[in-house]
Amino acid sequence: MAQKVVETLKDVTVIFAGDSGDGMQLVGNELANTSAIVGNDIGTLPDFPAEIRAPQGTLAGVSGYQLKFGNYDLRTPGDIGDTLIAMNPAALKVNLPKLKPNGVLIVDTANFEKKNLALAKYESNPLEDYTLDKYQVFPVNITNLTREALKETGLDTRGIDRCKNFFALGMVFWLYNRPLDFTINIIKKKFAKKEKVAEANILALRGGYAYCEATEAFAISYEVKPAKLAPGKYRSIMGNTALALGLVAATSKAKKQMFYGGYPITPASDILHELAKHKNFGIKTFQAEDEIAGVCSAIGASYAGAIGVTATSGPGLALKTEAIGLAIATELPLVIIDVQRAGPSTGMPTKTEQSDLFQAVYGRNGDAPIPVMAAATPSDCFEMAYEATRIAIKYMTPVILLTDNYVANGAEPWKIPNIDTLKPIEYDHTADPDNFHPYTRNPETLARKWIIPGTKGLQYRIGGIERQNVTGNISYDPDNHQTMNDLRFEKVDRIANEYPATKVVGDEKGDLLVISWGGTYGATATAVERAREEGYSVSHAHLRYVYPLPNDLGGIIKNFKKVLIPELNNGQLVHLIRDKYVVDAICYSKVKGQPFVVGEIQAKIAEVIGK
Amino acid sequence: MSTETQQLKKKDFVSDQDVRWCPGCGDYAILASVQKIMPVLGNTQEGTVFVSGIGCSSRFPYYMNTYGFHTIHGRAPAFATAIKATNPKLDVWLATGDGDSLSIGGNHFIHLLRRNPNINVILFNNRIYGLTKGQYSPTSEKGKITKSTPFGSIEEPFNPSDVALSAKATFVARGIDRDTKHLGELMEVAAKHKGTSFVEVYQNCNIFNDGAFLQYTDKVSKLENCLYLEHDKPMVFGKDDNKGIKLDGLKPVVVSLEDGKHSIEDLLVHDQYAEDVTLAHILSSLSQKPDFPTPIGVLRSIEKPCYEDELVKQIDYAKEQKGEGDLEALLNQGDTWIVED
Repeated sequence: MAQKVVETLKDVTVIFAGDSGDGMQLVGNELANTSAIVGNDIGTLPDFPAEIRAPQGTLAGVSGYQLKFGNYDLRTPGDIGDTLIAMNPAALKVNLPKLKPNGVLIVDTANFEKKNLALAKYESNPLEDYTLDKYQVFPVNITNLTREALKETGLDTRGIDRCKNFFALGMVFWLYNRPLDFTINIIKKKFAKKEKVAEANILALRGGYAYCEATEAFAISYEVKPAKLAPGKYRSIMGNTALALGLVAATSKAKKQMFYGGYPITPASDILHELAKHKNFGIKTFQAEDEIAGVCSAIGASYAGAIGVTATSGPGLALKTEAIGLAIATELPLVIIDVQRAGPSTGMPTKTEQSDLFQAVYGRNGDAPIPVMAAATPSDCFEMAYEATRIAIKYMTPVILLTDNYVANGAEPWKIPNIDTLKPIEYDHTADPDNFHPYTRNPETLARKWIIPGTKGLQYRIGGIERQNVTGNISYDPDNHQTMNDLRFEKVDRIANEYPATKVVGDEKGDLLVISWGGTYGATATAVERAREEGYSVSHAHLRYVYPLPNDLGGIIKNFKKVLIPELNNGQLVHLIRDKYVVDAICYSKVKGQPFVVGEIQAKIAEVIGK
Repeated sequence: MSTETQQLKKKDFVSDQDVRWCPGCGDYAILASVQKIMPVLGNTQEGTVFVSGIGCSSRFPYYMNTYGFHTIHGRAPAFATAIKATNPKLDVWLATGDGDSLSIGGNHFIHLLRRNPNINVILFNNRIYGLTKGQYSPTSEKGKITKSTPFGSIEEPFNPSDVALSAKATFVARGIDRDTKHLGELMEVAAKHKGTSFVEVYQNCNIFNDGAFLQYTDKVSKLENCLYLEHDKPMVFGKDDNKGIKLDGLKPVVVSLEDGKHSIEDLLVHDQYAEDVTLAHILSSLSQKPDFPTPIGVLRSIEKPCYEDELVKQIDYAKEQKGEGDLEALLNQGDTWIVED
């Protein structure tokens, strides 16, 4: 056997694509995990249909998983693929535009027959015409090879065919010189109760690897050295998991019961699933009868002294609207998480968007201010969930934390925080019975006291009807309503006093400031960095606190000739910025259910500065 | 509840807020009977929480010198369930109305009953929307003429006890605002029930639906129209107990005890503890049948595990299996790696 030729790369983007039942998410995730464990930085982009098992072989049923791994601090899952694994013609058709010219294309030839070609709307077989001329095509009959490798396992053909994703993964592992053992351990754990299936999948994984070894199918293999990340202990984490762990950390640090009330909704349900595993932290999870009951139960729990949390996506946030107003009026702590998806209405539940910002900031009856935060990356979800909880309790207010499908389902290495460095979460449930009123406020934060039922001598009544300042009794007094309305705004405004300073990456003055918020952080940061390398006078400010806006942002904006705001919506933050700073900020909108790629923002920067 | 609470009196449960119901409203009687039984039950002010939705009845918490939460329309069950789940030691009450529970909050109402937390629900049924000034409600009789139905309602009304029984309520009862003695006794039994107790109270709205329940409160007609239920007792009613309910197969019939054809031995005997729900359903259905009396009292009272107990049990089990939550260990679980300096 010839010596394996290994070429070293800085980074690689791999796309797995197949039917939604082909297990592409599973193997994509495994490549991500292994790459993270061997020390690469990673960025991932799962892209799947909402249907659980869409019709086989159709374009609508294609499930893809894009992953970038590199030897430096990555911020995105890559603009364009170096390698594409297409399990059928439909997967090829949907993903080919994402493969770079001369990229590696591995196709399972078994499915390139009349029926599947027709389903993918190919008039002729792309393996036999000129469609793929500009790529390095590796036609491999993955289906048959897997059947051959697994014929002794005792599984039926259907069972065997379900292992072909691991055969493909084995090939990719060979191509990029990744170790198999982490994935083998995961397979053993995942199928602990189905030994035969575990064995078959391991056999398929090894089979794919051995196939490349034996046939020398690829002339060259590649390696990507570990990234130089900040020193520390790491694990790979997805956004929704990080968010749930942030909540667990908050309940644990606060030494307080957490009550999660929610209703299943894509793409937020995984937060409920994760929290439900951690009942030993005293977390009570309540799968409510609907979104409204989800938030109402969380508010009820807060009233009773627990940390009330609810998570949802856009349509669910709409249903929770009235109850959130009650939490604002009664000034109770509450954490509301909105994992944004493409809208309006049902929209595209498994696709990403940032279009709930207006809903979060403005979407309630009456003047109803609420702090709004947004997580920048999958691992940032941990910190922001913790921070949202801390702020909610300190200021006795509901807080909306926005994430999005891209951040929620993406994975990246996470430097595990030292729990001693997490900010304390403080509260005081006591008061002097002779001098207690439910709406007496802390002079600094304007928060009222969190007195909970069961406390002797302090019993009080609250509700949604306007309350008299201090006493909390029902009041229709005109001046009191003005006072209370002012206080509600002032309290929320004061939260900005404790934000960390807004970081400006790049020069403090220049031609252009790009402002991003939430999940567009990675693409924007990278685009600005590259534009600066090309000599453009551009800087970047990223917002994790969206309402109220940071106190220092106005001063930062003044130092730039132009402001550009890339957003996955029709322009929402741009309105908040224009409104507050009366600046002619330019909106760069994308509403395709897909995140920005770096190149798009980079081109926009050049266009705006060039003008 | 602690022993010192024995000293508490009805007045200790009266808040300092002016009651703002219309003079003559049936709500006053319900409030008084609840305030009266609080010390009887041994409740403390701080250990009791009244939760409500929206509507006339839902102002209730403001008038109780306990903890109270006046929430939003129809959603009180979700708040109350979570309050009980968060702190099972609290005695949680829910004041609601026919619109609040059976219209806008129908979904939450049935799921509350299905889950069976130990909460006491009082549904003030006045068969009208009072606070919005007189539209028909989901319990208004068909043909009801109101501001929103000038030609009469064309909808079939709900019978609250039917809904409650179908939603697997473990305790279902009915009282009448004007019969305060019976109402007080009923509230006490309901409060002592472990699980969600559901008490429907026929409540007169003297402004928008005056006399809706006159047939059950008028000295003469109530004898013919009310069937006071007592466990293990034959179902007799009428002037001088001259009538009874008998089962003909699964069909209830009214029989005379005076015509010599039937005796008390023939009558249906009430069993409020029957595991099978059929009898309770039959009784519940009587109130919507012409020529039948309406059952007053406890229709059903059975024991089932309470939601909050089951929830706490699961948490204890999780702690037993996995040990008390260890944050450090949780954050560090799974495959990890070290990046060196």
